[in-house]
Amino acid sequence: MIRVYLPSPLRTLAKISGEVELDVVAPVTQRRILNAVEAAYPMLRGTMRDHVTQVRRPFIRFFACSEDLSHESPDAELPEAVVNGTEPFLVVTAIAGG
Amino acid sequence: MSQVRVLVGTRKAAFVLTSDAKREHWEVSGPHFAGWEIFHVKGSPVDPNRLYASQSSGWFGQLIQRSDDGGQTWSPMDNQFTYDGVPGTHQWYDGTPHPWEFKRVWHLEPSLTDRDTVYAGVEDAALFRSTDGGGSWHELSGLRGHGTGPKWQPGAGGMCLHTIVIDPTNPQRMYIAISAAGAFRTEDAGETWKPINRGLVSPMLPNPTADVGHCVHRIAMNAARPNLLFMQKHLDVMRSDDAGDNWHEVSGNLPSDFGFPIEVHAHEPETVYVVPIKSQTEHFPPEGKLRVYRSRTGGTEWEALTHGLPQRDCYVNVLRDAMSSDTLDPCGIYFGTTGGQVYASANSGDDWTAIVHDLPAVLSVEVQTLA
Repeated sequence: MIRVYLPSPLRTLAKISGEVELDVVAPVTQRRILNAVEAAYPMLRGTMRDHVTQVRRPFIRFFACSEDLSHESPDAELPEAVVNGTEPFLVVTAIAGG
Repeated sequence: MSQVRVLVGTRKAAFVLTSDAKREHWEVSGPHFAGWEIFHVKGSPVDPNRLYASQSSGWFGQLIQRSDDGGQTWSPMDNQFTYDGVPGTHQWYDGTPHPWEFKRVWHLEPSLTDRDTVYAGVEDAALFRSTDGGGSWHELSGLRGHGTGPKWQPGAGGMCLHTIVIDPTNPQRMYIAISAAGAFRTEDAGETWKPINRGLVSPMLPNPTADVGHCVHRIAMNAARPNLLFMQKHLDVMRSDDAGDNWHEVSGNLPSDFGFPIEVHAHEPETVYVVPIKSQTEHFPPEGKLRVYRSRTGGTEWEALTHGLPQRDCYVNVLRDAMSSDTLDPCGIYFGTTGGQVYASANSGDDWTAIVHDLPAVLSVEVQTLA
C-alpha cells in the first residue's frame, strides 16, 4: 500500500482524515500516485496539478523521505521506502500569505 | 411569510444570512468553505434551494460547489474550464500578446428557466455554460473568438468576465461585461456576440471611443424594463435605453463617477443605486464617508443615503458583485464591504444597518426572496 498525506484543505474537501492508503501498480511514480488519488477522490482533480497538462500547480510541492521531489520527472520511480509503504508521499502547500 | 436569504462570498469563506420579511433579526450560517476565497454564490430563480458557489484558492485553483438545500450541505462539481480550440492570445498590460490562461470563476449566473443551466464568467475573460447542474462546463467561444479578443487587455484586477445579465423576456438575449474589454450582447443564447460600447468614453485609451477596451465595472437591469440598462464604468455612470446600442452619461451630481457596483430597485426601473469611490487609485469613499447614492430619475440627479452608515474615518471599498436587492415591498438593498460589514436597508435605502460586522473582506452579495 502506498501512503499519501494530503494538506488539510484537500482532506476536508475529500472528506477524509489522516493518510490515504492506495494500491498503485509498479513502477510507482508521482503521476501514478496522483492518478490513483484522483480516481479515488474525483473532487481533487485539478487541485494538485493542471487538468490537461498535468503540470504541478505552482504552490504545491511533493516531498518524500526528507527529499523535495517536486522538480523530479512525474514518471521517475519513487524511493523504495514510498513503494513499500514505510514512508508516505507528502503533498505539501507552499507557505504563502504572510 | 416571506424570508430573505443573503448569500455572501468573502476572501476566506461563504456565509448565509437569513431573516424574515421584517429584515430586523438575522441568523448567520457559516463559515462555509473556510479558508477559501468565495468569489460568488447565487441561487437559481427556478429552484431557490439550488445554489452555485465559486470557490477559489491560490494553492488549489478553482472549485465549483453546488447546494440543493439552500446552503446547508454542498457538493463539489466539475472544475475543469478548458477553452474551446486553440486559445490564442490577448494583450498583456504592456501591450504584448499573452496566451489565454484560465485563473478563476468570478461570477455564476443561473438560468432564469432551468435550474440545471448556469453560466460562468471567468478570468481570463470567457463565458462557460453548464446544462447539467455544474457537472460539466463548455465554453461559449463565440464571445472570445468574435474578432476583437486579441485586443482585450486586463484591468488591474485581471481580465475578468464579471457580469452576466439575462433578459427575462427573451432568453436568447444576454449581456456580459469584461474588464477591460467592455460590454457585449448576444441575441442567440451565446453563439454570437457584438460589442455594445457606443457612447462610452475612456480617456486612458489611445482611441477613447474605441469599439472595445473599456473598463466596464458592472451592468444592472430591472426585469420590467429589460431594454433599460445602467452601467458603472471605471469612470462614469452610464445609461442605455436601447439594450446597450447607445449609452450616455448620467453621473450628474455624484461626488465621484468612479465606483464598482450598481443596482436597480426591484419595483422602480428608474431608481438606481451606486457607491461612489474616491478615485481609481484611492479605493475608498470620498471624505471617509460611506454613502450610497440613489437616483429616482434614472440617473443625473442623485441623493446621498447616509442614515446608519459611517460618516467619518471610513476607508472600505464595495466591490462590483457586492450589492443586491430583494423583491419585498418596500424593496431591500444590501451591500458588503472590504471591511467585512454587510449593510442592509429594508426601506429602499433610507435607513441602513450592519446586519453583520466582522466578516472577512466581502467579495459578493446576492439576495434571495423566498416565499
